[in-house]
Amino acid sequence: MTDLQDLYQELILDHGRRPRNFRPLEGANRGAQGYNPLCGDKVRVYVKLNGDIVEDVSFEGAGCAISTASASIMTETLKGKTREQAEDLFQTFHDLVTGREAQVNAPELGKLAVFSGVSEFPMRVKCATLSWHTLRAALSGNGEVVSTE
Amino acid sequence: MKAKGELLASEKATKPLGFDVQTVREQFPILSQQVHGKPLVYLDNAATSQKPQSVIDVMTRYYSTDNSNIHRGVHLLSARATEQYEDARVKAQGFINAAESKEIIFVRGTTEAINLVANSYGRANVTAGDEVLITAMEHHSNIVPWQILCQEKGARLRVAPINDDGELVIEEFEKLVNERTKLVSVVHVSNALGTINPIRTIIEIAHRSNVPVMVDGAQAAPHTRIDVQELDVDFYAFSGHKVYGPTGIGVLYGKAHLLEAMPPFQGGGDMIASVTFEKTTYNTLPYKFEAGTPNIAATIGLGAAIDYVNRIGIERIAEYEHKLLAYGTETLSRIPGLRLIGTAREKAGVLSFVLEGVHPHDVGTILDREGIAIRTGHHCAMPLMERFKIPATARASLAFYNTTDEIDALAVGIHKVTEVFGR
Repeated sequence: MTDLQDLYQELILDHGRRPRNFRPLEGANRGAQGYNPLCGDKVRVYVKLNGDIVEDVSFEGAGCAISTASASIMTETLKGKTREQAEDLFQTFHDLVTGREAQVNAPELGKLAVFSGVSEFPMRVKCATLSWHTLRAALSGNGEVVSTE
Repeated sequence: MKAKGELLASEKATKPLGFDVQTVREQFPILSQQVHGKPLVYLDNAATSQKPQSVIDVMTRYYSTDNSNIHRGVHLLSARATEQYEDARVKAQGFINAAESKEIIFVRGTTEAINLVANSYGRANVTAGDEVLITAMEHHSNIVPWQILCQEKGARLRVAPINDDGELVIEEFEKLVNERTKLVSVVHVSNALGTINPIRTIIEIAHRSNVPVMVDGAQAAPHTRIDVQELDVDFYAFSGHKVYGPTGIGVLYGKAHLLEAMPPFQGGGDMIASVTFEKTTYNTLPYKFEAGTPNIAATIGLGAAIDYVNRIGIERIAEYEHKLLAYGTETLSRIPGLRLIGTAREKAGVLSFVLEGVHPHDVGTILDREGIAIRTGHHCAMPLMERFKIPATARASLAFYNTTDEIDALAVGIHKVTEVFGR
């Protein structure tokens, strides 16, 4: 059960059950849809970009606990960050969930560090990163549906 | 967690359901392993079945002693390979009781079989304004080839509805058959729901309007006796890897007079009688539809799988699996918050479910750590998920080497899921 407890930490279960910023965003000027054809998870990310600053961010969609919690914590973490900081955070987060580097202690991750258990579950990496890929698409502003495949 | 004994004590007396499942299990080497430190409980048989030692041995022997190309060499190895390949065709013929072995076309699998019929029969017979009729419970492989055909021809794809139990509404199906209908293509057993369609009735209805019927038998062939002559079905397809054979091989059955009239699907070697740059004469059946070097080892492996199923007897398999399904249905129905998707009266092999408050993907991950392999997702039937207003299901699918103990393990695993999710 150790692996499972690492994966399904209380914070993840909480955000999976009661996702934060789970709504359309009024005044959003960026948005994108993400889709994981493997499991059918769908997410729409809304961003209100003020100059270079992510002033507000929200999401909607249907997915597993990991993908929902990841999107929820992502929206909490990103508010007030610059685009560049968001991009850096994505890279650090990606390294964390793919187990590429021991990023658990990277201070900028904050709550996102709770996803360290995902690296033991390669089949679930796409669940954790779907909302992030969608966020990047929203920020780059091409408005296309992002697929994890 | 509830104790296993408390949950299931009443059923212990009914085991082992009159079937020597332990002997059967010993014939499948893969089943004796541990995953994540737990005994493997393989309940993903609708995705692909495991292979008995006899199938593995036949394929190893072929590559070790007989490997050669078929239908063209004068040498001994080619003769051996050709003989075994054609033997497999006769075995497949017997398996579904086709009238002639030339009605058995070897393909990669059910998907390729449907694509063959859509491209060959479909393109030759479907024109603008015509209709192709399918059902709401089709796998993507029995939707997309017809969509492509209908788009190309300006034809219309019609979809017969299902009810909340996942059964075809036969009256609605009947209404959709009309003078514009050029082909009916239906699944025999639904991969996502387990529903057994009344294909005999479907075929009768279609034939009254002179409409030919194709049946996707991918999930039916492992669980039920198929007699294409008795059914009077026009095309029937199944995959080797779901009947305990290898991947990369499947069968398209077609009535000889239909196949004779159809243009080739692919051009190449083996499918021709003579070629000049001006004109090519096609080979006779079944070779007209078997262009290029086929998957010889897999075909021979399929023959061995059919031998294996015949030795046990498909009726005995079906009877045992039916009891296992009833046991599983009863066991899962008692789990609080669990809802079975697909509750047709006639069902085979599939326990599809959703668990309140837990996404199927999370169910799958937790069960995996308990050694239990199931499928989660939309099962390549996204329109069907839409019909039930769910994004996905968790699906346990059975084979005759599964046991009531494994169903019990599944139930315990699901209780663990609800534990993790704090219900």
